[in-house]
Amino acid sequence: MSTIRGTGPGTADAPSPDDALHEAAALSDRDVPPPHGAPSDGPMLAADGTPLKKSLARALRLQKTRALMLIAPLLIFVLISFIVPIGQMLWRSVENDIVAQTLPHTVQELAGWDSAANELPPEPVFEAMYFDMFIAAEAKSHTKLGTRLNYEQTGMSSLFRQSGRKLDDLGKDYQKAFKAIDGDWSKGEAWFELMSGAADAPRAADVAAAQARNVATLIDTPIAARDGFAPSQEIADLLPLTARAYTAMAMFMQFEDGDDPAGEKPWETLYPALLRDLETADVSAYAGPRAGMLQTLAAARGDIEQISFTDAFAEIDEDWVVAEPWRTIQTHARNVTPGYFLNAVDMRLTPDGAAAQPEDKQILIRLFQRTLVMSLVIMGSCILLGYPIAYLLANLPMRTANILLILVLLPFWTSLLVRTSAWKVMLQQQGVINDTLVWLGLVADESRLVMINNQFGTIVAMTHILLPFMILPMYSVMQTIPPSYVRAAKSLGATNWTAFWRVYFPQSVPGIGAGSILVFILAIGYYITPEIVGGTKGVFISNRIAYHISSSLNWGLAAALGTILLAVVLLLYWCYDKIVGIDNVKLG
Amino acid sequence: MASTGTDGAFVEFDRVQKSYDGETLVVKDLNLSLPRGEFLTMLGPSGSGKTTCLMMLAGFETATHGDIRLGGVSINNIPPHKRGIGMVFQNYALFPHMTVAENLSFPLEVRKMNKSEREAKVQRALDMVQMGAFGGRRPAQLSGGQQQRIALARALVFEAELVLMDEPLGALDKQLREHMQFEIKAIADNLGITVVYVTHDQTEALTMSDRVAVFNDGVIQQLDPPDTLYEAPKNSFVAQFIGENNTLMGTVTKMNGEIAEVTLDDGEVIDTVPVNVGAVGDRTLVSIRPERVEFNKDRLQPDAHTVHAEVMEFIYMGDIYRTRLKVAGNDNFIVKTRNAPDQRRLQAGEKLEIGWRPQDCRALDA
Repeated sequence: MSTIRGTGPGTADAPSPDDALHEAAALSDRDVPPPHGAPSDGPMLAADGTPLKKSLARALRLQKTRALMLIAPLLIFVLISFIVPIGQMLWRSVENDIVAQTLPHTVQELAGWDSAANELPPEPVFEAMYFDMFIAAEAKSHTKLGTRLNYEQTGMSSLFRQSGRKLDDLGKDYQKAFKAIDGDWSKGEAWFELMSGAADAPRAADVAAAQARNVATLIDTPIAARDGFAPSQEIADLLPLTARAYTAMAMFMQFEDGDDPAGEKPWETLYPALLRDLETADVSAYAGPRAGMLQTLAAARGDIEQISFTDAFAEIDEDWVVAEPWRTIQTHARNVTPGYFLNAVDMRLTPDGAAAQPEDKQILIRLFQRTLVMSLVIMGSCILLGYPIAYLLANLPMRTANILLILVLLPFWTSLLVRTSAWKVMLQQQGVINDTLVWLGLVADESRLVMINNQFGTIVAMTHILLPFMILPMYSVMQTIPPSYVRAAKSLGATNWTAFWRVYFPQSVPGIGAGSILVFILAIGYYITPEIVGGTKGVFISNRIAYHISSSLNWGLAAALGTILLAVVLLLYWCYDKIVGIDNVKLG
Repeated sequence: MASTGTDGAFVEFDRVQKSYDGETLVVKDLNLSLPRGEFLTMLGPSGSGKTTCLMMLAGFETATHGDIRLGGVSINNIPPHKRGIGMVFQNYALFPHMTVAENLSFPLEVRKMNKSEREAKVQRALDMVQMGAFGGRRPAQLSGGQQQRIALARALVFEAELVLMDEPLGALDKQLREHMQFEIKAIADNLGITVVYVTHDQTEALTMSDRVAVFNDGVIQQLDPPDTLYEAPKNSFVAQFIGENNTLMGTVTKMNGEIAEVTLDDGEVIDTVPVNVGAVGDRTLVSIRPERVEFNKDRLQPDAHTVHAEVMEFIYMGDIYRTRLKVAGNDNFIVKTRNAPDQRRLQAGEKLEIGWRPQDCRALDA
């Protein structure tokens, strides 16, 4: 009455997709005119006459939009939490605008200085440095610059910090002298009137704009130049240096402190600036507010004892009157620098170009090598340990396999820190393994094995921690290899070993590939485990990155190291793709 | 037709039992012998034990009890790779990482054959299945039918005398399957190899085999050539499993030598051939093939019993008419008639008398 059909897979009567493909190919070979659509030379048209491609795109648009909406939250999350930070990191590894931003005029003046001549920079450099540094010191950003330059030349940090403090001395002496000539010189109001000029006088917008930019970067707040102080055009032409210094001061008071510059004590920079301007300016014709005070000062100028800026810096710190710090500033004045990358490969940027770091500072290349070699060793031991387990898992009955799989996954449910610390307990010299060996008499008590705080410890702990990442892809690939392949091989006369090696193993390679990539990439950037069990000999490059991020605060170098690590991983991935083919990688 | 004697048997199952869990027997007391050159099909529903038998023969399962002999030698303790049995798997099991030629060359390589000899044999095997030009392809680049041919060629390339096939055509579409049935049969006959073929498709079994072993519940229900199997099923399972079959329930009321009189449940009396019934008073299941039922009185033998029937449904199927009738309480009684020019098309609701030759009507176990 009825035919009984099999219910198992593969017994379906339906044609396989392959057959359909071949039939389709056979069909297209025949010279059958298309049943619908346009004359054979035009584009295919839909029923309503629009091009079929357009019509199809319209039909798919809604679907695509919906799909995009579904992934939008993840996309945004990834963008914000992953892509943007990586982009920032990449940028930070070359970014170097701190020098040019903190010392804008100095950098300009230094551009013309020949550092190779082994002479001090000329007086204008010291002069520009004085004014740049003064306002930087007010904004407290000179120490940041000092820290930055200290990466390149030791001692720069303290030089900048101490100089910032002593910078006032020069101005104070002049201030006293000014005050002796006219008491109003120490009053903010008088300065304000002098610099502002007449109420309806034209303003020097360019000076205001330039200083707004300068101050804004220093205090890290946007400044609209039209809201701030602007000197009168006449004063700016007559006393350019003073106008510049005063505008910067006024804006700083306005926007950083929220004060009115007219009511505040003027900065000490104004006095040397004015003296410097009066050397060339002829103020006798000036008729603006406080013209009298200015003219009196100009007349009495000769009585004030003046010293050059170079001498002033020499007084502040002897280190300023050698060429070295200036060379460093000049070398690293560019906004984009290869310096961090050079540092990351044990080199440094000198005025003469890239040069090797001194021997005792060469550590990063060795760390990179160690990281790569140890990651490969860890990957290898994961393959060796993981393959038999994955094979067992894939070939056991489902129930047993599930129990074993839980054991494999168990480490995932334990904190990484706990697992690593457990290895510490196991491996240390007074630890479980050593105790057992001593108790068994295999190792003498005084010569306990050193298994931790070295490479061995890192390899053991990381192999254990990364093993599931190797087993799982291998397992999922092996699960898809039907047992009939090995059976077929055996029925064809292959021994167990031949059947495994020639038939099973090649098909499990994609799983090994996937696991290896996963483990290797995880290992190469691992941080916590090497930090805890690696000691000094077993640490990875990532530990160095962490050190620069959190301790030395050299984020540029950390970013360069991270970028190199990323590049190395991408390069290896590319090589892998070329050699093995990324299509051969399966995660299940 | 091959003899069924034990003498000179090539493959022999001797009281073979198989249990996986130690509680139930999947194969119960299997005795089977087939001579060299026979094409034997194991047919049965899933779980009937046919595949287990094949796997025991191939060496992938061990018999719990009993002896399997190949050419007179017990192979119970010989590992699969030393049995020299060719095998074609349901999913073909072509090694995906090797080309077609490498697949075929594999059994020759493990037999340490030299390269030129290997190439010659591979080419010969490929030509045999008309795939000579496909040696450089990967299995994934072939259609299902082509893969099937390659799998067949691979099982034959090392000149195995016994080839096992485990539902090899299961994944093909109907047309291709029918084509391959003839092809496999022709190749097997040409080479004179012994084939044990497992399928659940009875048409396949009938068209290809010298003999068919119908499996159910771990036991061979009947082992006979296809025509005998179809026309003279030994029990109701075989009758119902092979081909389409009408069944009527009744009681044996008279035993008359070669003829048993059966009273159907609605009181009608018919003559049957007793096959699997004991004595008068036993319940029986009467089996009649749909194409042996006649409603044209002129074609009936004069002495034949007739029964009353009512047409439930008429289905036009092209080459045949298929009419569903209600007979003796069974409203699923099928009659198949050839679409001949003089053939009448019955109408639903029509009442008529139908009949058949008594020898076409078999009284089987209830």
